[in-house]
Amino acid sequence: MSHLTDLPAWAAIPVCILLLLGSGITLIGSLGLIRLKTFYGRLHAPTLGASAGIILICLASMITFAVLQNRWIVHEILIIVFVVVTTPVTLMLLGQSALYRDRIEENDGVPRKAAGQQTDTTGMDI
Amino acid sequence: MSELFIIWSILASQILLSLAMGCALFRMVRGPRAQDRILGLDALYINAMLLLLTFGIRTANTIYFEAALIIALLGFVSSIAFAKFLMRGEVIE
Repeated sequence: MSHLTDLPAWAAIPVCILLLLGSGITLIGSLGLIRLKTFYGRLHAPTLGASAGIILICLASMITFAVLQNRWIVHEILIIVFVVVTTPVTLMLLGQSALYRDRIEENDGVPRKAAGQQTDTTGMDI
Repeated sequence: MSELFIIWSILASQILLSLAMGCALFRMVRGPRAQDRILGLDALYINAMLLLLTFGIRTANTIYFEAALIIALLGFVSSIAFAKFLMRGEVIE
């Protein structure tokens, strides 16, 4: 634990707060995976960790390495941008495929296709 | 004083992230349908990536950052492939 003693208090306290906030928000989002009842409700839960958790913990990591190495560290912005851009794409595709499967099985509580909508054999129309 | 504070807060955040990984793993194992399992896997790799970042802060080693970046890249590709597989029944058409 030699390097952490080099961290001054004005940098250590924001790092602590950011770490605890980020991991707490991620835990809340993952608890939503257990607590929520339907799949379409659960689809919203992990986005909490994928947006706020990622941003806060990457900020903590940036502050730590920037103070320890006495220079600006911007590597973590790569992770932030990549995850924030790709998570909606993933969840939108997953929701589309779940809706497609529910419509084929004709489950209850799934919105039907609109009357004027063209039926597409590929199943891509929502 | 402050280093004791930061050591304990890193430990606490690692415990919280491990609990979050446990929740995602529960949904991946118990999920009633295939899309629930994919959602659990998606949450699991994001939590694992955050845990690797906290390990990087604890040890001041930048190799953990690269591992986290690779997990982010490959996890996205795998989730997209799984979702396409659910919709079409094949990954590459």
